[in-house]
Amino acid sequence: MFLEFVEGPLWYGSVVIFLIGVAIRLIEVFAKGTRPDFAAARGLGWPGAMRTLVSRSWTAKGFTKGATFHLVAGYLFHIGLFVLLLFAAPHVVFIEERILGFGWTPAPHWLFILAAELAFAGLMLLWLRRAMHPVLRRISTFDDHAGAILTFVVMLTGCMALLMSHDSLRAIHMLTVCLLLIYFPFSRLMHAFTFVISRSYTGAAMARKGVRA
Amino acid sequence: MVAVQTEHDFERGIAVLSQQIDAKVAAYFSSCVHCGLCAEACLFYTETGDARYTPIYKVEPMRRLWQREHTFWGRLGKALGFGRDLTEEDFANWQEMTYDSCTLCGRCSMVCPVGNDIAYMIRRQREAFAASGYSPEGLQAASTRALEIGSPMGLTLKALEAQIVHVERATGLTVPLDVQGADYMALLSSMEVINFPEYIESLVRIFDAAGVSWTLSRKAFEATNSGIQIGDSNIARELVGRVVDAAEGLGVKYVISPECGHAFTAIRWDGPNLIGRPYRFGVVHILELLDQLRVGGRLQTEGLDDRRLTYHDPCQIARRGGVLNQPRNLLRMVAPDYPDMADTGRMNWCCGGGGGVSANEGAEALRLQAFKRKKRQLEALGVDTLVTACANCRIVIEEGLEHYEMDIQVAGLTELLAEHLVTKPGPSPE
Ligand code: SF4
Ligand code: SF4
Repeated sequence: MFLEFVEGPLWYGSVVIFLIGVAIRLIEVFAKGTRPDFAAARGLGWPGAMRTLVSRSWTAKGFTKGATFHLVAGYLFHIGLFVLLLFAAPHVVFIEERILGFGWTPAPHWLFILAAELAFAGLMLLWLRRAMHPVLRRISTFDDHAGAILTFVVMLTGCMALLMSHDSLRAIHMLTVCLLLIYFPFSRLMHAFTFVISRSYTGAAMARKGVRA
Repeated sequence: MVAVQTEHDFERGIAVLSQQIDAKVAAYFSSCVHCGLCAEACLFYTETGDARYTPIYKVEPMRRLWQREHTFWGRLGKALGFGRDLTEEDFANWQEMTYDSCTLCGRCSMVCPVGNDIAYMIRRQREAFAASGYSPEGLQAASTRALEIGSPMGLTLKALEAQIVHVERATGLTVPLDVQGADYMALLSSMEVINFPEYIESLVRIFDAAGVSWTLSRKAFEATNSGIQIGDSNIARELVGRVVDAAEGLGVKYVISPECGHAFTAIRWDGPNLIGRPYRFGVVHILELLDQLRVGGRLQTEGLDDRRLTYHDPCQIARRGGVLNQPRNLLRMVAPDYPDMADTGRMNWCCGGGGGVSANEGAEALRLQAFKRKKRQLEALGVDTLVTACANCRIVIEEGLEHYEMDIQVAGLTELLAEHLVTKPGPSPE
């Protein structure tokens, strides 16, 4: 009954809130507009936008030392998370049956376990850093912690649901997923979309000045 | 009538801060994951270890206003009575963070994993702080002098003309003034005229040797722009407008930005946007022009400099201005094997005095602390001479070297080239 509710109305409601919320956030950004640039450019902006979109996935030359911990933990978390999200067997089935109408080969069990370990390790390392590093303690807000905790709980319940294949665990996992979807547009998790805009704006502006960013 | 805001006007500050939140700023705040990496790129954090100097934290007032007034969630929270509005106290507390601890060097903007241009955000926040009178007295005074006298250091046309007489005596050449239809109109920074008149001499000698058609303008000789530093676009527009009027009045093809970082940003990149249209002339930095002359065979040098030297990239010329290879090409004419610092070019470390920090007396102790980064860079190379291309960097570095009792000479690149100039160049390869 509860499972039907979370997989039915709650799921659809959450997806609608997620989609509308993300759209509102993106419209809020673009509606503000940017100032026209009348300065004679050294080069086109868009190739710079494309370059920065890619280049910021790595650290700047000479900056690796200060960023290694974050880079490693960040990649562990994001790679693990995306493998779980897109290749965990129940997710593939769910995507095929409920979203896209087609699926793909799911990850074998060992890969699922590995991805889960990477994601948990990465998230916990990032979180530890947030809790301990003076800079992060200074700049972190409730939102940063809430987003991390919610993601952690979603991953934990997901793993438990998969490993124990129990309906009530699956329902709890779906419930947390719905909460995450509802929370997402109003939070810092929006970076998953807006980083594309930020990198592009900066890359384009710098390219117009003739600087690789 | 444009004037500097010296009285505190918090309401105005909030209104202006809100206007500064454009799509870029909104995207940047939406994207920031509070990873703190920008701190590692900022010399005010690395040299003090004080987490308050984390770049993105410097725009905390703007972030709070954005969240509260420019996001659905924030507006809802406000309507329901949650959270609190920015207060006058917040502005007072953040003045130091907005001005003293940021040179607008843009190094943080190069490392942010989500691509935020934090220097751009700080520049925008300065608009609000300047508009509300929460800006350093030193910058207010410099801006007032720039508006009233035409120079942030109070340099008058008369003083410049006196300096020109000296230059003409020393070089035996004429300094062209108000020449209608010249190819180039050169700008100067007051600091060059007052502290480094050798720069003008060098310019005169190099241009004579290279056969450059150029002029100075009596109406607008000052390139620096306090409006950009304090963050007041009205002042910046007024100051840029004077240069534009003079250049378009003389009908020159190009305006030459002097060896001054923020002057280049002001006239080359911000100016057209301030006046709201493209110029009817081009803008070149002096190093760009010299490199063009080098390539065309019109700038020739003789002899080598046997000092152990390196080059300091002024942030606004290099990282924020795109003049990266030209100074290196030029310096190699007289020092072919000079070593660059480890972090250089687009990742250079600031001298600590840009963005108006050097004009801000209250920031002096912090600036000298931040200089420790440049000190370590120089010590690592073991050089005895530092060449640069910005009068402000030069003064700041000289003060830093003196403070830390370091025996290193500082030289301007244009002057260095003039010292080695071949005055009768061979035929142009063109
Ligand atoms: S580096 Fe970028 S994402 Fe990280 S805290 Fe600074 S501004 Fe935010
Ligand atoms: S622009 Fe430079 S000085 Fe300002 S916060 Fe960024 S790194 Fe620090």
